[in-house]
Amino acid sequence: MSNDADVLQIQDLQTSFFVDDGEVKAVDGVSLDIPKGKTVGIVGESGSGKSITSMSVMRLIRNPGRIKGGSIHYNGEDLLQKTEKQMQKIRGNKISMIFQEPMTSLNPVYTIGQQISEVIQIHQGLSKKDALSKSVEMLELVGIPSPKDRVKQYPHELSGGMRQRVMIAIALACNPELLIADEPTTALDVTIQAQILDLINELRRSLGMSVILITHDLGVVAETCDYVAVMYAGKVVEYADVHTLFKEPKHPYTVGLMNSLPRHDMDQDELNVIEGNVPKPGEMPEGCRFAPRCPFASDICTNELPDLMETEDGNQVRCWIYSEKWDGDPEVNVKNDYQTARSQ
Amino acid sequence: MAETTIKEPAAKKPANPHIENAKNIFKRLKKNKAAMAGGILILFFILVAVIGPYFVPYTAAEQNVLNKLQGPSAEHWFGTDQLGRDIFSRIVHGMSITLYIGFFSVFIAAIFGVIIGIVAGYYGGKIDTILMRLMDVLLAFPGILLALAVVTILGASLNNVILAVAVFSVPAFARIVRGSTLAVKELEYIDAVRALGAGDSRIIFRHILPNVFSPIIVQATLRIATAILTAAGLSFLGLGAQPPKPEWGAMLSDGRNYIFEAGHVALFPGLAIVIVVLAFNIFGDGLRDALDPKMKS
Repeated sequence: MSNDADVLQIQDLQTSFFVDDGEVKAVDGVSLDIPKGKTVGIVGESGSGKSITSMSVMRLIRNPGRIKGGSIHYNGEDLLQKTEKQMQKIRGNKISMIFQEPMTSLNPVYTIGQQISEVIQIHQGLSKKDALSKSVEMLELVGIPSPKDRVKQYPHELSGGMRQRVMIAIALACNPELLIADEPTTALDVTIQAQILDLINELRRSLGMSVILITHDLGVVAETCDYVAVMYAGKVVEYADVHTLFKEPKHPYTVGLMNSLPRHDMDQDELNVIEGNVPKPGEMPEGCRFAPRCPFASDICTNELPDLMETEDGNQVRCWIYSEKWDGDPEVNVKNDYQTARSQ
Repeated sequence: MAETTIKEPAAKKPANPHIENAKNIFKRLKKNKAAMAGGILILFFILVAVIGPYFVPYTAAEQNVLNKLQGPSAEHWFGTDQLGRDIFSRIVHGMSITLYIGFFSVFIAAIFGVIIGIVAGYYGGKIDTILMRLMDVLLAFPGILLALAVVTILGASLNNVILAVAVFSVPAFARIVRGSTLAVKELEYIDAVRALGAGDSRIIFRHILPNVFSPIIVQATLRIATAILTAAGLSFLGLGAQPPKPEWGAMLSDGRNYIFEAGHVALFPGLAIVIVVLAFNIFGDGLRDALDPKMKS
């Protein structure tokens, strides 16, 4: 499904951390295409490898981590083949990133203006004065009132939401083609969350960039994404457009995630959970990684790892239930039968 | 960093946190009476070093052998030495030498130590191991012994003393800066600037260095005391400043021979060393408490 309309194509990305106990495969064969001008969400619980995937795209994996294999094509060029110097020209310029913690992502000793100017000076070689006036423009763009005064302020004088806006201003200062937002709203309260997401979406439309939105919040995904990749234990288990994903989730894990959301249309005393935990990196099951927690798991699931298969509607799912080799109940409907299967 | 108050943007000129911070530090420093006394003494010493020589009645080398080994009097406040030189004038003249050694050797040590520490902490791995083991080797020697070795190799002179003292002060800076760098480089804003395309040197010098500055300042103040003491020790052994330079350690050494018949010859230079070293030490301690309130407990 890769074509010219994709700004980024991740193929079979493998990123591992080499620790004393051996190799930890944080990202294990992730393939993902980011279409131009669209927002792709990556969801998954902690440790599923979503942040490591994005850090791999930026080539910011630090020791003892290493990108072991695969390719990341950005406009036809493999980022994994670039030198560090070439990557520095891409980071913050063509591909930008927003981090989770706006409170700590700004250097406390420099003013907002200095920090926005810095990225402009690095990539566009503007003079200090021009960079500063561009900084004012950027602050205006991200909706910060009285930007002329704000550029002279220091990070500790701004609230969390303001700082995240500043981070966005910094990230967008050089008109990147791709913005990676790593849980940009997790540290913010709900009303500010909505504002920041709206802002990102609005800027995506007006600047025509693509966005990778990493989150564990399905509500955020439903609101903002065009496509969604669900990750589990270092692998993509389902990739679908956002409507299909919420209407017809296919992978039992996705269904489990949806089920565990609190519903306001049902009277619930307890939230549904997915039993068990993500397998520890050293103890990955041989077959499907979700099999130990999956209410539908059959023999083939525990023994063989399924591929990411294309379904009839053009989406992808990594589950034996949708293959011809499925040896469990042939009539199973994951979405409808999840609760009954779980209680058995 | 805990406070997140937003000030009215237009109404008030944004406060510069460097100035605010300096004000806070000064406030905390003022509460520490001993440290303030140390600080005022240091300022006084600097003043004496700069203008003192113009006010004292004698030059450092002016001899009057007929008047040798005189006790303190109205004419010679601290008495005279074995060549009849006025000890008070010599101590005032020697002040600039002492401070010069202290400041300059620590300055050199800080530059090298900071670079080594920041590079070791930032890059980690093999570079860290090599640099820090080298520092450990230097630390394994007692400071004065290392300085002795350096001066013996290079020859006895004031500048070589400075160099020797600098060499053994480098590891102290390297270690403290490496520690702070390790902490700062894990902070999210360092990742953030890297994600913006900043190179290593920009990250090190523009983003890490300003954030590891306060331990450097504290260390420098405390190290000046050590440097002065070591330099005096070297001069005492005849390996530092050469006669007739009024270096305090050398004066102490002169007085050693007359310690029973004219104790004041050794007493006053010794007292001068004690007071200067004490001033730097208590000021450094107070500065540490003021710069890092968390460390106090």
